[in-house]
Amino acid sequence: MKKIHILGLIVIAIAVGVIISTAGDASTYVTFNEAEAMTQKGNHTSIHVVGELTKDEQGNITNMMYRPEIDPNHFEFSLIDNAGTVKKVVYPAPMPQDFDKSEQVVVIGKMEDGYFYAEKILLKCPSKYENDKLEIKEYNSNSAS
Amino acid sequence: MYHLAIGKFGHLFVIIAFVSALVAIYGYVKSEFANKLTLEHGHWKKLARNFFFVHAIAVLGIVFCLYWIILNHYFEYNYAWANSSRAMPTGYVISSFWQNQEGSFLLWIFWNVVLGLILIATSKTWEAPVMAVFATVQVFLTSMILGVIIPGIDLKIGSTPFLLLREAMPDLELWKLQPDFIPEDGNGLNPLLQNYWMVIHPPTLFLGFAASLIPFSFAIAGLWLKRTHEWVRPALPWTLFAAAVLGLGILMGAYWAYETLNFGGYWAWDPVENTSFVPWVILIAAVHTMIISGKNATALKSSYILAITAFLLVLYSTFMTRSGILGDASVHSFTDLGLSGQLLIYMLTFVLVAIGLLVYRWKSLPSDEEEVSTYSREFWIFIGATVLCLSSFQILATTSIPVYNKIGELFGMAWNLAMPTDPIAHYNKFQLWFFIVVALLTGVGQYFWWKRVAKGNYEALYVPLVLTFIISGIWIYLSEVREISYILLLTAAVFAIISNGAILVNILKGNYRISGGAITHIGAALMLIGIMFSSGYSKVVSLNNSGLMISRSEAFTANDNKENREHIMLWFNKPERMGDYQLTWKDIRIEVRGIREYVPASWVEMIERDFRAIALRDIELGGKKYYERGDTMEIYPDNFYYEIEYQDPKGKLFTLFPRIQINPDMGGIIPSPGLKREWDRDLYTYIAMSLDPTAEPTWSPTETHTVAMRDTFFLNDYIAVLENVVRTEEVEGVPLKDGDAAVKAIIRIMDRGEEYVMSPSFIIRDNTIGRKAETNKALGLRIQFAEIDPKTGLFTFAVNSTQRDYVVMKAIEMPLINILWLGTFVLMIGLAVATVRRYQDFAKARDREVRAESKPKVKKPAFDKA
Repeated sequence: MKKIHILGLIVIAIAVGVIISTAGDASTYVTFNEAEAMTQKGNHTSIHVVGELTKDEQGNITNMMYRPEIDPNHFEFSLIDNAGTVKKVVYPAPMPQDFDKSEQVVVIGKMEDGYFYAEKILLKCPSKYENDKLEIKEYNSNSAS
Repeated sequence: MYHLAIGKFGHLFVIIAFVSALVAIYGYVKSEFANKLTLEHGHWKKLARNFFFVHAIAVLGIVFCLYWIILNHYFEYNYAWANSSRAMPTGYVISSFWQNQEGSFLLWIFWNVVLGLILIATSKTWEAPVMAVFATVQVFLTSMILGVIIPGIDLKIGSTPFLLLREAMPDLELWKLQPDFIPEDGNGLNPLLQNYWMVIHPPTLFLGFAASLIPFSFAIAGLWLKRTHEWVRPALPWTLFAAAVLGLGILMGAYWAYETLNFGGYWAWDPVENTSFVPWVILIAAVHTMIISGKNATALKSSYILAITAFLLVLYSTFMTRSGILGDASVHSFTDLGLSGQLLIYMLTFVLVAIGLLVYRWKSLPSDEEEVSTYSREFWIFIGATVLCLSSFQILATTSIPVYNKIGELFGMAWNLAMPTDPIAHYNKFQLWFFIVVALLTGVGQYFWWKRVAKGNYEALYVPLVLTFIISGIWIYLSEVREISYILLLTAAVFAIISNGAILVNILKGNYRISGGAITHIGAALMLIGIMFSSGYSKVVSLNNSGLMISRSEAFTANDNKENREHIMLWFNKPERMGDYQLTWKDIRIEVRGIREYVPASWVEMIERDFRAIALRDIELGGKKYYERGDTMEIYPDNFYYEIEYQDPKGKLFTLFPRIQINPDMGGIIPSPGLKREWDRDLYTYIAMSLDPTAEPTWSPTETHTVAMRDTFFLNDYIAVLENVVRTEEVEGVPLKDGDAAVKAIIRIMDRGEEYVMSPSFIIRDNTIGRKAETNKALGLRIQFAEIDPKTGLFTFAVNSTQRDYVVMKAIEMPLINILWLGTFVLMIGLAVATVRRYQDFAKARDREVRAESKPKVKKPAFDKA
């Protein structure tokens, strides 16, 4: 066997290792119920859950709690996932700035007993390109050129 | 008035650029297929060249038109309206040019033109095939900004930057009422990008992308013309150049992220970062195989593959970033402009043609007669390139997860795969080991390269090895490096520095022309050390030791482990301990244009929805008076700096200014760190949470307290004592006249160890009463002196309270991060030296070839080893 072949085999072995580790480390998007089922089966890998904040009829966010004067590292809110399940989410860090303005929230972490423990939160905020909003200032025909 | 002409010209230039690039391809291909000895060959080449010049002028025309629109604030154009505003300083107006997709394509097109012109001037016999590839790329790129809709089938080709606002948003009611409406001001550039690094980072990155086309073009030309070996020599300096510029661009982005974003680092393994890093690693690998391709056929074949792959990966990166496929996997991808189909065609065309050509010619490429010796330099350099390829493969395999989902969808499967939840651990699991090997190989490879070691003769390596063990041993002992992987990485990096340093000092003996390799390797090793310490040994300083926590259920306390309690809260003007430091949040400041220091926000009144402010008092800082009371000044209205005073254990004071930015484009409030730089570490702090500094406080309903002198009463949660009521001669903000009578109350307020005095005033003028309330931000109190009852001697105060102002902060110590920046600098110098050397080699060989052609008697020039 030539050296180049041995080298080739080693490279292939590492490449296979890379692929297996990628498949193993890749997370998945699930619902709260699926997350709960995973935990019950003893699977404690981190997962992604996509959802929206719970709101009352006036559009105010409900069940959100952040009291930095008591603990700046504790933030709670409830999230309704795409299947309609509502769960409490606990995030052991400060409330992300402008959390309340986000349209969609992705929580990354795992299901604990009755609540979701988020290690990370991704926010999707309204982008300036999504809605054709045009801020109209006072119009003065002489001012622009 | 609408400025329609400039947009029409711009659009016309785009079309000219597109068509002329098409003609240039045709001409160059024709010239290459024509008989070299006939005039036809020269004619076609001249034609093609002229059309490329037309193309170049048209591209400059497009750039000029777009700049004209932006600089003159023609907000009737969507591009100017969406990306610039009157408030922006000129430097940032320049960068609003490439803020959107169309402009960044234009930047890329522009750099390709510049490089294309240089190649026409320098590459002689290579011109036709190389420029044919260049022109093809230009056709695809200009088609992205063509903005033509093919009638009948309603097919949109490209997206033009010269779209009018009313064409971009045709559905608005407004146009029916005012078809000639022009917004008075634009949307402006995302304030996060209003940073000098963002002015130079994109052009540098795109120059790197553009330059990666050159090795690709030469590789294709080599296959096409069957100049199997020769293409390497002209391609090598450009490969080095591309690697240097792309690397610089990536690191500028990393540095910007470190300074501006708050994830506590410079690299987030974000897909957009990864997809630009991967082609860079491949370019570096290509440099190495190209250097040894003269001696080794396997390396030559690899050079073809790598030179081609690097550019294809740039296309892949473009596709990932711009097609919207990353969706929520990345924070900085563009939204889809409906160009994904076009991008996919662009990418697949090049993938198929390049790979097809390579396969077609594969048989004609040479093979090695005998096996390469384990003791040869070729062997070790080849191993190094292989490890680099594996490293980029791992990054690419994970970064492509959104692509797998899309492919799954095509086959009707919902895989719902997401990026690994702990990217750092995932990537490091492999990358750490790859780079340990790479670091070792840079040293060993150099010794083999300069033939200082050979089979059975390793003496030259003894001294560097011994030195490595001594130095890294002491270093590990003194530092807190204990993990085996980090010990190995540090040792490998120290070895790389010492061995390459020895080569530099002993062997090259001042021959700087050929020192590029050693310098580059030292730079890379320094970077590895900087990365390892700053990320592996960064330490959160802001641990929350206040002992306050929610302790409701056992489950919470169990999970809220210490690792996660990494933020502390600071009340306004109230000292708090953080590790060894004592912190006080003193003030909020703003940035006034033309003043180096930040100005307290309370000194000015900011004009709403504008970039100006009015001075409420004289603006005097550092003994210099900038503005007088009532002056108007220009400010950066989005940025607020929190003045945090630190007292270190030795009692030394310093102040950091972490920033928050009101940035609706990015979803609200964006924090940026404040940095305290020392040679061996940075203290990195940022505001994780704050109240909106622009919001007016909401006051509680008024509470009245009627008290006698020296009475104690409760204000909110504080104990207050009315110390005295005294006559006063001045009341802040109210000029007193003769005959006015004014008194102020002196109220002492105690709050857990802190004591404050508030003194609201009561003014009598012409039988009317004026009340001057006093607000204390630290206490969140407003007290108004409401009444004096001379009969009973009681005083009445009206009190409102509000949320006391606070910030939640995080502070991290980053050891040796400056070694990373130093290493970057050294790496760039090394690559530049190597580029110059390889270019000189090429130029010499080219001139020899040209001379040989003019004297037909002379034999074919010898293309020797690297």
